[in-house]
Amino acid sequence: MTPTAAAVPQAAEPVPAVVLTGLTKQFGRFAALRNVSAEFAEGKLYVILGENGAGKSTMLRAIAGLLRPTNGSVSVFGAQYGGLDSGRWILGQLGYMAHPSLLYDEMSAMENLIYSARLHGIDDEARCSDAIRLVGLDPALNRPVGQYSQGMRQRTSLARALLHDPRLLLLDEPFSNVDVASARGMVQLLSHMRDAGKTIFVVTHQARLLAQAADEFVWIHSGNIESRVTTLDLELVQ
Amino acid sequence: MKTPVLIAIAVVVALLAFGLYQGLVVAPTEQTMGDVQRIFYYHVPSAWTGILLFTANFFASIWYLFRRTTVSDSIAVTTAEVGLVFWTIVLITGPIWARPVWGIWWTWDARLTSTLVLWLIYVSYLIVRRFSSGGQTAVLAAALAVFGFADVPFVYLSIWYFRTQHPQPVIGGGGKLDPAMWHAVLYNWLAFIAFALVLCWFRYQLERKQRDVEETLALESLLEGSPR
Amino acid sequence: MRAGSVKDGAMSTTPTATTAAMAVPRAPATEKAIAPAPKVLFATLMKDLRLEWRSKDAINSMVFFALLVVVVFSFSFDPTGDDARRIAGGLIWVAFLFAAVVALGQTWAREIRNQVLDAYRVSTAPANDLFLAKALGNFLFVTVLEVVMTPLFVVFYNLRVIGPAYLLPVVAVLGTWALVVNGTFFAAISLRTRSREVMLPLILFPISIPALLGMVEATKIVLTGESSAKFWIVLLAVYDLVFTTVCLTLFETVLDAE
Repeated sequence: MTPTAAAVPQAAEPVPAVVLTGLTKQFGRFAALRNVSAEFAEGKLYVILGENGAGKSTMLRAIAGLLRPTNGSVSVFGAQYGGLDSGRWILGQLGYMAHPSLLYDEMSAMENLIYSARLHGIDDEARCSDAIRLVGLDPALNRPVGQYSQGMRQRTSLARALLHDPRLLLLDEPFSNVDVASARGMVQLLSHMRDAGKTIFVVTHQARLLAQAADEFVWIHSGNIESRVTTLDLELVQ
Repeated sequence: MKTPVLIAIAVVVALLAFGLYQGLVVAPTEQTMGDVQRIFYYHVPSAWTGILLFTANFFASIWYLFRRTTVSDSIAVTTAEVGLVFWTIVLITGPIWARPVWGIWWTWDARLTSTLVLWLIYVSYLIVRRFSSGGQTAVLAAALAVFGFADVPFVYLSIWYFRTQHPQPVIGGGGKLDPAMWHAVLYNWLAFIAFALVLCWFRYQLERKQRDVEETLALESLLEGSPR
Repeated sequence: MRAGSVKDGAMSTTPTATTAAMAVPRAPATEKAIAPAPKVLFATLMKDLRLEWRSKDAINSMVFFALLVVVVFSFSFDPTGDDARRIAGGLIWVAFLFAAVVALGQTWAREIRNQVLDAYRVSTAPANDLFLAKALGNFLFVTVLEVVMTPLFVVFYNLRVIGPAYLLPVVAVLGTWALVVNGTFFAAISLRTRSREVMLPLILFPISIPALLGMVEATKIVLTGESSAKFWIVLLAVYDLVFTTVCLTLFETVLDAE
């Protein structure tokens, strides 16, 4: 299925952000993804929807390179995972966030981000504090992340994901346990990042939050993309 | 069962029988140990066969790490299991031999100790295979196989040197082998290799069939939930 | 409303387009920025040491365990004079081995909680840096243990070194690294199996036997001054080289096994 054409005419053929070709992933007998083929253009905010167990998180993990597909392939910005030119550099372009926080409970938010920055070769502490402020938290807060509320942990997780200015952001349920006002703030943040040229995938059950901001809604059912629409039928969501 | 398989089994049985004849009848009686020494014709060929199989396991594991094919993983598990069978035979025949000759079941002599260590290594390999889940099993096992095989020279070398420093009765008799006895050893080895090949073949078929069933069930579930 | 309290607070400002553009962390334009190797290793090692210092989980349990082993073993033989020197080598290393397993078992404990390993995998940081940082961390912990326990051994078993004492640290370093490098790797393997705690020693012990033999024999030879420990020291060195290479070659594969 081809994505809808961009409104702004492009000079040359742009490389799509993500291309899935026959992507299949099986866990033993259970098929989480069935032969998914799709292209996703750069610079858009995609919302991935579907019921539990439909394969949304699996698809996100496959795009993040965390899964080895049973069949088929994933390519990000033109470089295929497992292919000859898939250098580590693709990973520098990705930001991933999921339900496990990917943070050390024993360290504060700032310590977590500083360490994460070092993993990406970034020594600048100011960027870490900026990222923390961006999600509405206080960088000076010295409490270990394990003592945070779920929502604050979620936001710290998001800060970690976008710290290194990734071109592609993959967010799995970023708004769960976050209060509505903060969630709206996060949506605005994502909106601005998309406007600045980032490609963003958001898996969520709270699609209403993104009803205005999103470029496309991708419905997943039973391991396959059922439909891709640009407007959200509000009756189908909570 | 198909005809070629029956023929193969018949050949193996014939070879084993011939080897038995060679070992128990034709080969001359050993001068110091007497007829008990004849167990040597099972002890040694089992060891050599086991080593061949563990070597095959090593190469199959490396092949899997590069190519990730189910064939290579199937071969790896097959050769490890059958190899362990022969290795267990070595461990059992050793003490059976030692007891009447030296009056003790076990000495921590170089060869027997090394055999035991290798046995432990490959048992741990099989346990990891059993205890790990899903798609990871093959990768983890293959990695472990590389470690195990890399360890083999260290095991033999270290234990050998240890024993030269602290000598103990040696099971398996050092020294030269009478040429007449070589026939028995080699025939038995040939028979054991043929036996091992047949065992591997059966085990491999079993492994393939299991995987086929898994894949069919997986494919079914794949096709079941097609998009509406 | 300040978002500084531990309770969940709403975002303090709604970012406008300009503030967002200014505040979003901007990366330098280089497309292929990869973290330079020693920095990641150092950062990871420092983080682990800092966290261990705060909790002292590993060190405490290790020291206590080693102490227990020493005391229990002392019941099994009479620790006086000549006998002690001959047996001490084996005892010391058994105690260190068991204690090391305690430390090794929790190598990846913090990374497993909250799936932190995913964060590592989705970064440009090379997998081997993570491995070496963990192995070095374990090496330091076990060395601290050895430094603490050795005087106790000397006292409990009335040890006197007859051979070249300067070889003991050499044996200690080579032997400890042999245990730690494989142990860190197998701890990563056992992450993905059932019965994790049992799996680690089950895989580690058989493969480590040549190295254990080397450590024990070399220690005994140096203590008793009976002969030359050269063979064992060379064996340990080669063992370390070979298995460090194998670990570094295969670690990324095991890390990505999913």
